[in-house]
Order: sequence, then structure tokens, then C-alpha cells
Amino acid sequence: MSSVLSDIKKEYMISLLKNGKREDGRGLNDMRDLKVDLGIVNKAEGSCFVQIGDTKVIAGVKCETGAPFPDTPNQGVFTTNAELIPMASPDFEAGPPREDAIELARIVDRGIRESGAIDFQKLVIKEGELVRVLFVDIHIMDYNGNLFDAAGIAAIGALYNTKMAVLDEEGKKTEELMPLPMKKIPVPCTYAKIADSILYDPSMEEESVMDSRITATTEDSGRISAMQKGDVGSFKKEEILDIVRRSKVRGDEVRALLKEKFSEMR
Amino acid sequence: MEKDIKFFTNGKRIDGRAVDELRNIKIEVGVFKRADGSSYIEWGGNKIYCAVYGPREAYPRFLQKSDRAILKCRYNMASFAVEERKRPGPSRRGVEIGKVTQGALEPALLLENFPKCMVEVNIEVIQADAGTRCAGITAASVALANAGIPMKELVPACAAGKVDDKIVLDLCKEEDNYGQADLPLALLPRRNEFSLLQMDGDLSEEQLEEALDLGRKGCLEVYEIQKEALKKKYVTEDVANE
Repeated sequence: MSSVLSDIKKEYMISLLKNGKREDGRGLNDMRDLKVDLGIVNKAEGSCFVQIGDTKVIAGVKCETGAPFPDTPNQGVFTTNAELIPMASPDFEAGPPREDAIELARIVDRGIRESGAIDFQKLVIKEGELVRVLFVDIHIMDYNGNLFDAAGIAAIGALYNTKMAVLDEEGKKTEELMPLPMKKIPVPCTYAKIADSILYDPSMEEESVMDSRITATTEDSGRISAMQKGDVGSFKKEEILDIVRRSKVRGDEVRALLKEKFSEMR
Repeated sequence: MEKDIKFFTNGKRIDGRAVDELRNIKIEVGVFKRADGSSYIEWGGNKIYCAVYGPREAYPRFLQKSDRAILKCRYNMASFAVEERKRPGPSRRGVEIGKVTQGALEPALLLENFPKCMVEVNIEVIQADAGTRCAGITAASVALANAGIPMKELVPACAAGKVDDKIVLDLCKEEDNYGQADLPLALLPRRNEFSLLQMDGDLSEEQLEEALDLGRKGCLEVYEIQKEALKKKYVTEDVANE
């Protein structure tokens, strides 16, 4: 958006926010409609489609085997990759992942890894030699703001949806299937800061004028497993604590919906 | 590639179809907000999204043509679309399919209406199950219509092939992997000309003729499904009731 236009838009948004209102009629703490569909890709071991408003994301899990990292011989390997494919926005271009896609993947990765959502030790087949290698690949299909939460929810959904082959002692696949050893449900909540207002689940328009954003990932017990401030602006301590408090409440709501979906699956 | 597989049982194929029968096809129009036009196709086990952007100014600028728009087609497969994880990012196979897709779609479009512009077609395979290029072209043509790109006609696509010395329509995975020939086709129905033609395997001249005829028949069935999908999107109930 040209800077003159975005300045006008920003002032309009700020005047709305002063009265606690947003352009699309939501309150500051409201998420757009969230839709979660599990198991949409049979070829993947696990998959999940997430829609937040008009933002659409698909995550898929593939399971392979390989050598563990030398410093963690008793743990499985977990890799998250995100692609901002040109399908999703006129501004995305083909090619290897750039800054934005790498940041997105790393925020999702940290939220899941650090929460202890996956029991990595149960992914070992032969210590120091052979472990499970998990790939979570996130495809952004339609970009209309807040990819962080959509991608994070899709990734955790796909992991819970995963049914992988039981392996024999040599690591060969058998016919039997088993779920991943999952322990927690980390949920990322992203807040945008526009002037002095902090709003949950920013739309694309809000992202285009925001000063800064924070993504806070909380897990079931309410503990924070990852945070990331993005873009140029800055936050006061009180604002950060406020975001964390709000993330727990919103995170629990998303978790409740996910749990419902997971129980339907079984 | 050939393997000992029983392709026919009582005249029916592995998945229970007759030799001239398509798999189930379902097309949805306008599935994305951001794109100028979009579609989603399920074709057998294939799940493919397509998004169209444009016409907009072509870049890099040296690609611009002073008398017409250029058509860029990108075919990409999700890493989780196949049994063995595919490495994300462009592949030589994908680049080639993008190119033949462009060649299949371009003759149907009135690109001369938009000098110096580009129209971009993005095909994203979420789940692959044999015949993704034909499904992609079919979906892309519908997405181009949804984007309002002027066109002379829709472009349906469908493969014919040979298994067990019989010519069959729309190969399934096993037939594709272990069959004797694969002939993906796209048809310009009003001109009755093919705009995609690839072949690998082994066909006699007679078999080729038979396969082209069968493929044409398949394309015409796909054409009807394309038209239905667009009508479903645009015909309002009032008009439908008249």
C-alpha cells in the first residue's frame, strides 16, 4: 500500500480503536471465525486445514527415519518449514523461503518444541543411530492476516492427527499405525500494536498499518513456551504482561476447540 | 516399470471403473479471497488448488510484450502430497509441467487485450494421485474464468493410456506407474484441437488414434463438469428457476 494511503487508513483505524472498535466490527480481544479440519490429505501421515477469517493454511506431517543430531542422540528430529507460495498473495514470489517464511516457521517450531508438546525421547529407534525424523510443512493458501496463529494451530493440529507406521527393531515400517507421542497443545496468540491499542488476531489491513506485533505461545498449564516480537515498534513491560495474560485466555479457547476435534478423530 | 499386476477383473479396472470411465471429479469456484480467481478440484485422489492473479503489470519488465499479456504458470507440489516426502521448492518436473500448462491454456485466452501485462496461474497440488497436470489445467481454466480473464473457451484436460494392451481413460495410480503408456491431453472443445499433448510409453498408430478419441471424449465430459461448476457459482436461484 502506498504510504499516503496507509497513513490515512492508519488514522482512521486509530480513531476507531480509541473507542475500542475495529474496522471489521470486532472487539480488541476477538478472533475471527476459526475453522479446523483434520486429516484432509491421506498421503500425509497427519494433516490439518485451518481457516481464521479469510486466512487459509494447510499443514502436513511426513515421518521418516534418520540419524539423530550428535548432541541429542536420544531424541527424535523435528523440522518445521513454511512456504509463502505465490497462490496466497500478489506479493508472494516463488523461490526458496525468504525472511518472512523463515521467521514464521521458526516461531511455529519454537512454540511446539519448547512446550514439550512432543515426547522426543519416544521417537528414538536405536539410540545414537536411528530416530524418527518429523517434517511439518506449512502451506499458506490465502493470506489475509495473522499467519502466525493459523500456521501454529495447523501445525499442532497436523501433529495430533498423525498416524505413522509402527517400526520394527531395524526401523522398517510395519502395517500397524500409531499416533505421535503428544503431551501438550501449544497455541500461539498474535497481537498487533497500533498506536496505544493492542489487538488480538490482526487482519491484513491491521497488519499493514501496525507498529509492531507479539506472538505468545502458551500451553495447557498456562505456561509460556515461546514469544516473539516482530516488526519495528516496541512494547512496554505492562503491555507485554497484558498480552501474556490475554494469550492464556484466548489460547485456552482455541485449545478447547482443538481438543474437541482431536476427540472426534478417535 | 511394468509389474505383474492384474489390471482387469471381469472387464473392470483396478478401481472398479470401465475402460472409458472417469474418476469422480468435483470442482469448486472462488475458494480464495486474495486471488483474483481461484478454484479447487478433487479428481479421484487428487486435491489441487488453483489461484489466478492479474492481469497486472508484467515484471521483470523485459518480459513485457507490447502487443499482449504474458501467461505465467507455476505448478507446485506440497511436500506432503505424496507417499515419500517431496523436498519443498521447485523441481525440474514442476517447471516442465508449468510450461506445458501455459501452452495448454494460452490458446484459449484473449491475452492481446492486455499489452504489457501478465496473468499468473498458480497450481498447488495438496494431494497427488496420478493425473495432476490434467487436473491442474482443468482447475486453472476454471480459475481463469473466475478471474474474469476473457477467453474463447474453457480448456478441459484428461489423460488416456494403455494398460494390458487396452486403451483406457484417466489412469489411476497403479495404471500410471505400471501401465504401458500415458497420454495426457487438453482439448479446445470448440475448435476441436488439442493444446496439451504428451506421451510416454509404447503405442501403435492405431492405438494412438484410439487413445486420442477416448481422451477427447473424456475431455468433453470434464468440460461439462467445468461448466456446471461455473454455473453453480454464478447462476442465482431466480435465474435457475425461470
